[in-house]
Amino acid sequence: MNALIVLACLGIVAMMSEVLGFKKFLLPIVALGLVSVIGLFVMDWNTAIRYYNDMLYFDNYAIAFSAMVTVLTALWLIMSKEYFISTSSKAEHAALILFCLTGAIVMISYSDLSMLFIGIEILSISLYVLAASNKNDLRSNEAGLKYFLMGAFATGFLLFGITLIYGASGSFNLQEIANYISTNSGHLPMFVYAGVLLMLVGLLFKVSAAPFHFWAPDVYEGSPTLVTAFMSTVVKTAAFAAFYRLFATCFSDLSGWWGETIAFVAALTMLVGNVLAVMQQNFKRMLAYSSIAHAGYMLMAIVAMSHVSAGAIFLYTTAYSVASLGAFACLHTLGANNNEKIINLKGLIAKQPLNAGLLCLAMLSLAGIPPLAGFFAKYYLFYGVIQSGYLWLVMVAVLSSLIGVYYYFRVIYTMFLPREEEDGVLPQISGSHKILLTIAAILSLLMGIFPGILQGLL
Amino acid sequence: MLTLLLLFIPLIASPLCAVISRDKVKYFALVVSLLQLAATVYAFTLFKSDIANQFGVNYWWIQSLGIAFKAGFDGISILMVALTNFLLPLIILSSFRNENENPKAFYGLILFMQFALVGVFTALDGFLFYVFWELALIPIYFICLMWGGKDKVRITLKFFIYTLAGSLLMLVGLIYLYLQTPGIHTFDIQAFYNLTLTPEAQGWLFWAFFIAFAIKIPIFPLHTWQPDTYTDAPTQGTMLLSGIMLKMGLYGMIRWMLPIVPIGISEWGHFAMILCVISIVYSSLMAFVQKDFKRLIAYSSIAHVGLIAAGILSLNIQGLQGAMIQMLSHGVNVVGMFFIVDIIQRKMKTRNLSELGGLANNSPIFTILFMIVLLASIALPLTNGFVGEFLLLNGIYQYNAWIAACAGLTVILGSVYMLRAYQAIMLGEPNAKYAEFTGLSKIEKIILVSIVSVIFITGIYPKPIFIVAQPALEDILVHIKDIY
Repeated sequence: MNALIVLACLGIVAMMSEVLGFKKFLLPIVALGLVSVIGLFVMDWNTAIRYYNDMLYFDNYAIAFSAMVTVLTALWLIMSKEYFISTSSKAEHAALILFCLTGAIVMISYSDLSMLFIGIEILSISLYVLAASNKNDLRSNEAGLKYFLMGAFATGFLLFGITLIYGASGSFNLQEIANYISTNSGHLPMFVYAGVLLMLVGLLFKVSAAPFHFWAPDVYEGSPTLVTAFMSTVVKTAAFAAFYRLFATCFSDLSGWWGETIAFVAALTMLVGNVLAVMQQNFKRMLAYSSIAHAGYMLMAIVAMSHVSAGAIFLYTTAYSVASLGAFACLHTLGANNNEKIINLKGLIAKQPLNAGLLCLAMLSLAGIPPLAGFFAKYYLFYGVIQSGYLWLVMVAVLSSLIGVYYYFRVIYTMFLPREEEDGVLPQISGSHKILLTIAAILSLLMGIFPGILQGLL
Repeated sequence: MLTLLLLFIPLIASPLCAVISRDKVKYFALVVSLLQLAATVYAFTLFKSDIANQFGVNYWWIQSLGIAFKAGFDGISILMVALTNFLLPLIILSSFRNENENPKAFYGLILFMQFALVGVFTALDGFLFYVFWELALIPIYFICLMWGGKDKVRITLKFFIYTLAGSLLMLVGLIYLYLQTPGIHTFDIQAFYNLTLTPEAQGWLFWAFFIAFAIKIPIFPLHTWQPDTYTDAPTQGTMLLSGIMLKMGLYGMIRWMLPIVPIGISEWGHFAMILCVISIVYSSLMAFVQKDFKRLIAYSSIAHVGLIAAGILSLNIQGLQGAMIQMLSHGVNVVGMFFIVDIIQRKMKTRNLSELGGLANNSPIFTILFMIVLLASIALPLTNGFVGEFLLLNGIYQYNAWIAACAGLTVILGSVYMLRAYQAIMLGEPNAKYAEFTGLSKIEKIILVSIVSVIFITGIYPKPIFIVAQPALEDILVHIKDIY
């Protein structure tokens, strides 16, 4: 809880820095703040305290996910160093990112549907601005507008759902709603089901699951690469944490009813994401589709709803986010002169063998090849889903993983192709981007070889 | 502890290749592989064939999930590891004359491959086995991608996705088995052996495993990646793939399929056997019409391993013994064959049978050594190939005489296409360029002579191999005998 307060204050301090004129020290202040937030979360481990009449509930699940999104933000900060130096409005950027993170943590630790809504709104509104933050770029403007319209739409669904649930149970509190559902099971009014369905649609929108994914590729492609990296890692992790928390605590008694639906959505999302990613020539857009596909895998854990599901989502989001950050670090440098084509990676192995090797590790982790983190996360996920009896879903996941290998390996083999004259100069991955890439690759390897570290947490 | 030593020598040496200078790295790799060979020989001296799981190690990897780092040797494992560690120095030696652009990566990947292969052959935990199984795929993918022929990108990707498809099916099968284990779930192979599974589940599991192994071996109709990959890969990659890596599939059948799903095999084994026979006849006929010598060897390899797979599925001790000895023989012979292809290609700049001819005139030593390797691969008595094929056909005959008759065609067809190729390359009218074919270098002689001596030693006195493998194979058969 203290961490959340520190974080919100940090956001305000970042905003003030413009006025009070200590912009120069912004980056160290933010970095220090994030480290102390992580420290505060670690200190809260195993306390499980409910705050403010059970509005927020920091159990180990919430703390683990909150600490994880903070760590991811800290990693993201490494890459965005230049963002805080070159642009004119860096104080706003920093503040918006910190508010995003605050919203994400509220979303993760809510124990009350109103807090869920507030969390989502804090996160989303900051993101709408960030998506459009490259204001001279038409694509960025388009992304911001699209994201805003779609996001508002999704929030609407979510709010309708919350209203209906409230109408039936008379409470926003997760525990009380769960009690209401379990005591009245069998003769629930029809509009409870409608409420669950509407909330489901709203959340599926937010996690960009098919068939509600259409906004994602455009928004991801149009937004500045740094914002895209933030969206597809931190935001995605938070959205899934919120999703799982809602369905695991509130609606688990109805799982017979929505299980098949989400299973179908998961299968569709995996296939749509992977198949469309194969067709992309643009690296950034490919990562956007891959992010959709990974949302499908994570949905499988919600379908399984077994005792390993929480751990599986945690591992999977972590493995996916870390590897993605590595990929985005490369993309950010290589796409510097607006050349985000995959083909632009040609010759990377010859010119920068170390960077190419590290990017290979990140790609292999995303593709789920042992001994990298992505493999173990996928294994753990499959294990939970098979245990719950959804064998067909695992077979779909296997099939779509194979499709996934196709495009991740396209990135890998493109690096091995010879670079011709007309391909232009290959930008050097160096400085902070190289550091982030190295950290991402090493973490992917470590979490793959010693998965017990994170697997035992939840 | 010896298991750990054998695993970690190549694993530690592999990244060290990056820090050694470009000119010295090949010597470093050779020394490491010889060290590994010495350790294997030492393991043999301590090995007692009638004890299962020797030099075993067993540490928890992820204790809460029952995943252990459990590895050890029995008669089957030690022979496969011996094959791997015997061939690796030869494969490394065969690359000495290559002008590699990036030798550090090349030798690093080869040694990493060795680590993964030893891991596959010693793992006694399902999860560990799977990890090693996949791990072996990564270095070979990069070897083929970096040093392959002109169509390498498409071919290596096809190869990777093909094998990964099988592997993932196997993963699902392994997780299913894991969930069946009583109490706290475990991936321990003994726990898998002790399971009692319903016939229906065994049928499904049979297919999950069989497809994974059949892709690796490969067996018709899952073989389509193989000729392209073998032809396009660099010589050392082809040697690794054909000499050792496809044995992973055969080894997997013996260790992870037969004892776990015996009812599944009794139900579907006949069908699989027929696929093996189709594989044998089809690829022999395909070999017959190939113009590229390397591609011809690739097809002949499908025929040979099809016979081994059929021998394993015949489920009797002769078939299994034959499979063991033929796995070793095929590994040695096929590496010899691909090395001969490499010599011809290097000197003549072509592998096309119609452009070659009359090479026998120039290099008598090469002619003789080539002839011996060739005769071994068509199973002439006194060579290692004969012992294996005889036992395999014997085992298959006990299973079904008709299938044995069809499978036996491999011997006849094999000699036809092999001798035809020999005739086209070595005999006949000398080709215009034949003068370029000079004598063998010292390294080439060392490699071919060591292969030829192994061919004769195992061909004349194969008994030590039988003694080593017998108890372990009987252990495997015990699990099957309960059913019949």
